[in-house]
Amino acid sequence: MLYFIIGLLSGIISGMGIGGGTILIPALVLFSPLSQQQSQGINLVVFIPAAVSALIIHHKNKNIEYKMTLPIILSGIIGAIGGSLLAVYISPDILKKLFGIFLFAVGLIEFFYKKK
Amino acid sequence: MFKKLLTGIVSGFLNGFFGSGGGTIVVPSLEFIHNLEEHKAHATAILIIFPLSVISTFIYIKNGYIEIVPVLKVAGGSILGSIIGAKVLNKISSKMLRKFFGIVLIIAAIRMVF
Repeated sequence: MLYFIIGLLSGIISGMGIGGGTILIPALVLFSPLSQQQSQGINLVVFIPAAVSALIIHHKNKNIEYKMTLPIILSGIIGAIGGSLLAVYISPDILKKLFGIFLFAVGLIEFFYKKK
Repeated sequence: MFKKLLTGIVSGFLNGFFGSGGGTIVVPSLEFIHNLEEHKAHATAILIIFPLSVISTFIYIKNGYIEIVPVLKVAGGSILGSIIGAKVLNKISSKMLRKFFGIVLIIAAIRMVF
């Protein structure tokens, strides 16, 4: 039930167009027995079906700029492999602290966010 | 081209290392460096992060970090929650919401570091 409620709350927030993983992962780490890596893994998996349904809608509405994405995706794949291998290699405690620093920065950006 | 490659490698790395957060790099990069409108930047960012998350997921699975039962429970809650969230979106000031959300993240961040 705890997992369902954490999923529900983070889903509500991401449905409003902010957050997503930035709230799901700390909620899991702070309130469930899962490790930092397991919590991050859940966020990665849950994103996949949500992304597919969002992409279908955005494609129909012609909101995706396909032309510019290829170099970003290709270099992104290299980054993703490096980042993931490092994440599964380091200790959960260090990853948790680094995530906390990252989250602090995201929190400040959200707090001071201004529309373009 | 260099900016595109840099955007990719940084967002891919962060997204894999923290299991989230690719969008926090890709969206502003598309919006401010590549001059996409906000809604197009959001949509295009999902296309970019999708393959990166699939690859990262595969590496996490190979190393035994994906637990299937919590995944299903969180996913169920998350799907229901995003429908509710999309419905109440227009009823709350997004500026206030962002400030509140920022404060929640900062508190969680401090708890994680110490």
